[in-house]
Amino acid sequence: MPALPAAEPPAPPPHGRLWRSPEPRPAYDVLVVGSGGHGLATAYYLAAEHGIADVAVLERGWLAGGNMARNTAIIRSNYLWDASAGIYEHALTLWEGLEDALGRDLHFSQRGVLNLAHSTHDVRESVRRVNANRLNGIDAEWLGPDEVAKLVPILDTGAHTRHPVLGATYQPRAGIADHDLVAWGFAAEADRLGVDLVQGCEVTGFLRSGGKVRGVRTTRGDIAAGAVALCAAGRTSVLTETLGMRLPLQSHPLQALVTPLLEPVLDTVVMSNAVHVYVSQAPKGELVLGAGIDGYNGYGQRGSPRTVEDQIAAAVELYPVFAHAEALRTWAGTVDVAPDASPVIGPTPFEGLYINCGWGTGGYKATPGVGHVLADTVANGRPHPLAEPFGLERFTTGALVDEHGAAAVAH
Amino acid sequence: MLLIPCPWCGPRDEREFRYGGQAHIAYPADPSALGDEAWADYLFMRDNPAGRHAERWFHGSGCRAWCDVERDTVDYTVTGSCTTGAHPAGGPDTGPCTSPYCVRRAVPSTGGTR
Repeated sequence: MPALPAAEPPAPPPHGRLWRSPEPRPAYDVLVVGSGGHGLATAYYLAAEHGIADVAVLERGWLAGGNMARNTAIIRSNYLWDASAGIYEHALTLWEGLEDALGRDLHFSQRGVLNLAHSTHDVRESVRRVNANRLNGIDAEWLGPDEVAKLVPILDTGAHTRHPVLGATYQPRAGIADHDLVAWGFAAEADRLGVDLVQGCEVTGFLRSGGKVRGVRTTRGDIAAGAVALCAAGRTSVLTETLGMRLPLQSHPLQALVTPLLEPVLDTVVMSNAVHVYVSQAPKGELVLGAGIDGYNGYGQRGSPRTVEDQIAAAVELYPVFAHAEALRTWAGTVDVAPDASPVIGPTPFEGLYINCGWGTGGYKATPGVGHVLADTVANGRPHPLAEPFGLERFTTGALVDEHGAAAVAH
Repeated sequence: MLLIPCPWCGPRDEREFRYGGQAHIAYPADPSALGDEAWADYLFMRDNPAGRHAERWFHGSGCRAWCDVERDTVDYTVTGSCTTGAHPAGGPDTGPCTSPYCVRRAVPSTGGTR
């Protein structure tokens, strides 16, 4: 993909706005479908690192209103396999410099993440993962119950509980960042570099010539492009279906909830795969609790109350003080889950079409990493080395990247 | 909360069931003849429509039998349920579907949404 400068530098956004809202032009070098974190980051890195600013990000709803507005903002890189360590640690390294790169505060807080172990099996898997992380240069520690209790005094580490805390993995560099500020940061910088952010523009199909994708059909007319990158998360299958392309994805509801503002009680992030709850306390004071996915396929951006009931029951058992809290709001996103709990990134059988999907419950933490890697992939027309293990062909070769242990429901 | 009509037990709360994914995926007739792509298709590729979906549910806290349910994945309306494999996709019916909630009968929806 040749690097072409935008014809003219765009006029700055109107006063008080972070980005322009331009009409889509009839053609671009690159179209990014979906203005979640991944789409915005991809567009930003295309412009910032590859000089490709003739880019539009097409969004069916409003900017960062899908999963980017619905996640629990957790960032970590302590995955088991080398391929995963590569891309998630790449992302974490970029997170560590992102406030400087985007020139704004993102409330990025490396407050650490603990993953609790509740059974002998959990302990063995967790210690194995700590060792694998260390071999990959990722900060990881195994903490016994006493050390966990020191870090999280509100956690019931007694032996009498249904899910006793036998220890935890701990990644000190992990943490959280404000998802809205991250989206707006990428959007504003991409806009400043000439990227068109087009909201209310739903992609309904593709322009094709033979086996090549030449652009997209949208609710606001056809738009031609040299390359199209899909960052549509749970709706990826709906798009690729129009090409007759099957993907190993299932879209599920993923729920979370938030409490009213509370006194500070938790200054780190604690996750538990076994009981399907993960929690942090946002800077203002609300507890943010994530649940497991609902078992069925669903695009409704809502799930079943039973999932939230189970999540709250587990949370109150682990943190008795939470019994004083109330659920202020629950919500759901639509996450695209792959069979091996790892993403699918790279070229497709259609020339000019790139996919980035299958992140399931854990896409947020990868935002800068995948944006960086996908931009490089599109700009150079080949998978970035960190994306190579995550190609679609792995489902045919059998070289899966099984991260169910590190990801599970609590990505 | 989904209200799923079990062909044997009647409408029951979703909590009694376990989801089993897309219905009507037949085991390969001649597995040893399958190439890698066909295996990938059988093992990993599934329909993922935004809309009507034929799917399997297991009534684990009831009769412990599987059934085939038709449900809308956008508004979560359950159209009905059939005995397992009675109406395979793209093929002839394999026998009488004894479900009172059969999706091929002209009966009003008994399933509910949340």
